[in-house]
Amino acid sequence: METRGPRHWALAAFFALFVLFLYGPTVTIVILSFQGPDGGLTFPMRGVSLHWFANLFQKQMVGDFAGSFRRSLALALIVMGLTVLVALGAGLAFRRRFFGATALFYLTIASLIVPSILISLGIGLMFNVAGLPPAWWSSALGAHLTWTLPFGVLIMFAVFNRFDHALEEAARDLGASPWQGFRHVVLPLIAPSLIGVALFGFSLSYDEFARTVMAAGSDNTLPLEIFAMTTNVTTPVLYALGSLTTAFSLAIVVAVVLVVLAMRRRGTAHAP
Amino acid sequence: MSSLPRDALTGAAIAAPPDGAAVLPRARGRRLAAALPYLQSLPLWLVMGVFLLIPILTIVAVSFWDDQEYALVPTFILDNYREVLTSRVTWTTYLSTLRYAAIVWAATLAIGFTVAYFLSFHVRSALWQMVLFQLCAIPFLTSNVIRMISWIPFLGRNGILNRTLMALGVTDHPLEFLLFSPFAVVLAFVHLYTLFMVVPIFNTMMRIERSLIEAARDAGAGPVAVLRHIVVPLSLPGIAIGTIFVVTLVMGDFVTVQMMSGGQSASVGLMMKNQISLLQYPVAAAQAVVLLATVLLMVWAILRVVDIRREL
Repeated sequence: METRGPRHWALAAFFALFVLFLYGPTVTIVILSFQGPDGGLTFPMRGVSLHWFANLFQKQMVGDFAGSFRRSLALALIVMGLTVLVALGAGLAFRRRFFGATALFYLTIASLIVPSILISLGIGLMFNVAGLPPAWWSSALGAHLTWTLPFGVLIMFAVFNRFDHALEEAARDLGASPWQGFRHVVLPLIAPSLIGVALFGFSLSYDEFARTVMAAGSDNTLPLEIFAMTTNVTTPVLYALGSLTTAFSLAIVVAVVLVVLAMRRRGTAHAP
Repeated sequence: MSSLPRDALTGAAIAAPPDGAAVLPRARGRRLAAALPYLQSLPLWLVMGVFLLIPILTIVAVSFWDDQEYALVPTFILDNYREVLTSRVTWTTYLSTLRYAAIVWAATLAIGFTVAYFLSFHVRSALWQMVLFQLCAIPFLTSNVIRMISWIPFLGRNGILNRTLMALGVTDHPLEFLLFSPFAVVLAFVHLYTLFMVVPIFNTMMRIERSLIEAARDAGAGPVAVLRHIVVPLSLPGIAIGTIFVVTLVMGDFVTVQMMSGGQSASVGLMMKNQISLLQYPVAAAQAVVLLATVLLMVWAILRVVDIRREL
């Protein structure tokens, strides 16, 4: 619609710089994580090696990298499952008017904009007052859900706003029970979006820091472990860990995109 | 509300055959249909109630409590608020946090608006639009802590920026203010949160009728007039949503300020976190209530200026 004049190329250049700004620093620490054994936290590279990655898996390393990774992974999977189920239920409910719907919606949005430190402190205090020990699978799980669910609910909201109700009515006219209509018509149509919600649930939980910090109890999640490392580790092992966990996050994103693309292809293949 | 027949998921129960035998299941079906939204939304109520509402009520309660020898004593005193509100540190910290919020807001808005504008009006193919948009959104799914760490090689004393500046002859000694400074804090904030501007602004821009712009152009409007009279006004809801995100994130932040300023800069969140580390829970709770009130006031003010209901 625009003529590709100098304005267009100036904007394109600005966008390219923005992408460089977004990804440049991460690419830099990936490169620096391959530092030689004598290398430091900044350039120049003193040789190229896998020394710091090997260092990461040695026993004497500060902190509990393997344990915190296992906890973060388990927590992210639980949060993912719960986020999908709860957001789907709420998404279905919000299609109709019910008493308290508006309050619930605003409460969910509020969960997004209440400062993370308040959630963290509040949950920590609640467990303290109740005399319960905070743990990653209880208090931190709840803290993560306050962060993942608003995104899940907003995605389901957008999905059902665009959903063509005629399809469900057609299924009903053909004699489908409500459950059959849901299982065979609604679910396949919203499946890619549900996978998107799952991706958000997993990734946001796996990387969550601010809401977890006072709600994790004695066993750290991975982001807490990494944060603790930043204060006492001054070698590229920090970058090695950063590169690995970022690669893991990106691998999840790529896997999800591929699955959704494959589903879409299968969907169009069935169509005449 | 339960008397209205509902379509959608359980509608079939309502549409059951009208013979006498079906009366009972039909009534039951109708009751189920009326109860269904409550059952479906119950889990969300539970999570938000237990992990958002009760914790905030706990904070409010504890802000009136006393603590003796690190144990909480339920009572009703105003000392915590007095301590928070009469301390000079509180006010200077709020001032510096508000300054961060203002600078980061201006920067993320300028960058976010430009990026969203490019994506929605200058990228022609829908496929490329999606690909480039995702490219901007993906970092959101990676770790904030690591994205902050990744500035060290750039901003450090021997970092890329200092070496470049020295090579260019801009300076003859490494600039110390790059890492662990307010500058680094702002840079990290902009790096982390511009996305929260790009996404809502892009969404509203994509909904602007393209014929409107063509009509304006046909009527003789130049690119600046189109931007000023059509694109900016119609993007306001997206700008407001992005503003709410960025402002609330910066106001409540403690990680970024702690990591990027190396402890040399203060923020309200960091001040709270320090009180919590000292186990001064009631004072931290009072601080939290004041912060929550401030943030809600700011959100309310933004919503007074721009109506975002169309976006929800």
